[in-house]
Amino acid sequence: MDVDTLVIGGGPAGLAAALSANKNGIKNVMLIERGPELGGILPQCIHDGFGTVIFKERLTGPEYAERYVQEIKKTGIDVKLETMVLQIDRDKRVIAVNPADGLLDIQVKTLILAMGCRERTRQQILIPGDRPAGIFTAGVAQRYINIEGIMPGKKIVILGSGDVGLIMARRFSLEGAEVEGVYEIMPVPGGLTRNLVQCLQDYEIPLHLSQTIVDIKGKERVEGVTVAKVDSKMKPIQGTERFVPCDTVIVSVGLIPENELSEMVPLAMDSATGGPIVDEAMETSEAGVFAAGNVVHVHDLVDDVSTEGEVAGKAAARYVMGELKERENPTKVEAGENVRYVVPQVIRKKSFEENVKLFFRVKEVQRNVSVKVFSDGEKIYSRKERVVRPPEMLSVSLPSSVLEKTQVVKVVVEKE
Amino acid sequence: MRKVHEFTCIGCPSSCELKLVEEEGKKLEVTGSGCKIGEEYAIKEFTAPERVLTSTVRVENGVLPVLPVKSEKPIPKKLIREAVRELAKVKVKAPIKQGSVVYENMLNTDVNVIASRSLEGKGLGQ
Repeated sequence: MDVDTLVIGGGPAGLAAALSANKNGIKNVMLIERGPELGGILPQCIHDGFGTVIFKERLTGPEYAERYVQEIKKTGIDVKLETMVLQIDRDKRVIAVNPADGLLDIQVKTLILAMGCRERTRQQILIPGDRPAGIFTAGVAQRYINIEGIMPGKKIVILGSGDVGLIMARRFSLEGAEVEGVYEIMPVPGGLTRNLVQCLQDYEIPLHLSQTIVDIKGKERVEGVTVAKVDSKMKPIQGTERFVPCDTVIVSVGLIPENELSEMVPLAMDSATGGPIVDEAMETSEAGVFAAGNVVHVHDLVDDVSTEGEVAGKAAARYVMGELKERENPTKVEAGENVRYVVPQVIRKKSFEENVKLFFRVKEVQRNVSVKVFSDGEKIYSRKERVVRPPEMLSVSLPSSVLEKTQVVKVVVEKE
Repeated sequence: MRKVHEFTCIGCPSSCELKLVEEEGKKLEVTGSGCKIGEEYAIKEFTAPERVLTSTVRVENGVLPVLPVKSEKPIPKKLIREAVRELAKVKVKAPIKQGSVVYENMLNTDVNVIASRSLEGKGLGQ
């Protein structure tokens, strides 16, 4: 089977990418999704706040997804649900499987990777203790309540202050469970400030910073956890232990881009983002292979994910038509002072769009700082920020014309 | 008297830090917002806090057992818990179209609660 543009993943990045490839002239677009419906994680994110950038409205996750799915239905995009990609070769041959078609052997001209991310689990943070039932990641609990209609527990302790955990604290509380508290090992919250306000403060759920779970007790089901304060090296402080009875532990300790398929190609990866290295057209190290959304780096805003998908779809269409400019000697993008990473990591000399938008996260909370961009050592951009925080993604938009001769562009966050 | 009140906007993940200036005889003034949502939010939060209600209701004959719902407009914050208890009594029948009303005039707020998604019925196609 031959396909011009194959999109892997039917979440917000994949939906936007498939639509954009189609809109930019590719007739033969296929969208592969492993789940039974399109939308990715959005259908279970029933809270609102999605779409403020793209639709200028506060939509719920299901509403946001449905807008894209309705658009997809109007096109000739070939959607394959319950389909699992097993293998990708460097020559862009994709092997996938589903119950309806059996084995699919697809030769593609362009590939857009939009597999999203997954949750870090208890195993990955090594909490000692028993192995009873009643320990869930926040996203799994969200799926139980919002899709399956099942309450996972009655008395809840939440480990980690990531956004999904905060949103689930509110959800549990609204559904009648008692949320004892949220425990965060770091001295600063992991989630967005707005979620601390509307999920914890609104429902009077305490947030315990610099505290963590040091033991989980329970034979069949969780019976309680021991929490303790930690020192500046995040080591539990003896004598501060406290036993908290509960039947459920919710783990919300971060998201990881899901890149097994990217590594199969193989693509050059960025250890800071956990995703493939991309340029401003979302093209990876492999020509004709694009990536967009949380598979590249974990975003705060679904709107940004969709925008990335749109760029990837458009660039893939240009590639099929032989119009995507070669990427010789591209500009390198570097993360400077207090910057953890910048995406894209490279920019072609003749940029794909008129403006290049650099997304980045800081390493540490800082107040009254300047965001600066240097082109080969020369300052070309500066703005002030009252406060910068690791959970809140920042961006800088530059006219691509200023970078045409640049070798290295560097993003820096520093005190004046 | 001039008083400054601080809020964090909950309109979107940007979490803008808002300052609302209260001055006798003057219009409330909001700074720090990246868009209109923040300006309106600060004034509402100061005068009469509101939240959009989002929850689920039970579904009969649906491909899924619950349907996500939301209040069409924000409702007073203090009514949220009672509103959720009202929704616990609701059972809707699939198929359902996104936007259809599942509960009219929630607690006399004049705000309807609507379906956040379409949901197909069992045995009707897929």
